[in-house]
Amino acid sequence: MKNEPNTHEDIKAIRKLMEESTRFLSLSGLSGVIAGVTALAGALLAWLFIDQTWSLAGIAAMVLVISLSFAYFLSLKKARRDKKHFWTPVSRKMLLNLFIPLATGGVLTIIFLIQGNLQLVMPVFLIFYGLALVNASKFTLGEIFFLGLLEIVIGLFVTIFPNLWLIGWTVGFGVLHIIYGLVMYRKYGK
Amino acid sequence: MKDLIANLNKIFESRVRLGIMSVLTVNEKYDFNSLKETLDLTDGNLASHLKALEKEGMIAVEKQFIDRKPNTSYWATEKGRTAFSDHISALENLIRDS
Repeated sequence: MKNEPNTHEDIKAIRKLMEESTRFLSLSGLSGVIAGVTALAGALLAWLFIDQTWSLAGIAAMVLVISLSFAYFLSLKKARRDKKHFWTPVSRKMLLNLFIPLATGGVLTIIFLIQGNLQLVMPVFLIFYGLALVNASKFTLGEIFFLGLLEIVIGLFVTIFPNLWLIGWTVGFGVLHIIYGLVMYRKYGK
Repeated sequence: MKDLIANLNKIFESRVRLGIMSVLTVNEKYDFNSLKETLDLTDGNLASHLKALEKEGMIAVEKQFIDRKPNTSYWATEKGRTAFSDHISALENLIRDS
């Protein structure tokens, strides 16, 4: 049975390739924490400008841009450090699956803002963000699926209690991301 | 002993071919350059193994042009999937019984 150690290695290599070619695993946990902190700072600013709809929209857009930029750069760094490729068929699939619901939610949010349906803005964005995460979770770390579900639950909650929208923002985009980021950081490293 | 290795397929004996089949059986399609990056191989090395697998009918090839650049994509055939899964089972049996 002189082949045996080789066989073990072969099977290990096969499993690794199967996993890495179907899931994007370089998602940075640290970027989750940063997204959460940015969202908390944003929530505080929002509280100060609570009566100015378009300032609120601007703050939310800034939070989104800052969070996505950090997610991109830190994941790129993580991929480089682990000597993995960042731009692969699976990372493209993940982004496509993330951005279809996310962009739909974004457009809907803008429509609601223009129409003055302000109380629908926060719930709809939370729900579509959650759906985007659930959708993308098939192509990345499985834990994203549960983060997505929680965002949907908070979105539905804020739909029922529209006055609590700022709490929905704080918990959904702030607290959940920090917890998620810390868990991922401990489990998979930066 | 003979039974154990009866399902081991000669065509999959190289590490590179195992790698190619692993990626192609869990993905619908994969293009040449992505395959090259994933498996960390040179053009020539990858191409020769792909040709061998194609000749045995384990994988199929489609050549097309995207933005005037040639783009070759590969996928595992039904025959390839069955043969590869038998091969893996045989490998696993080999480990379990040794």
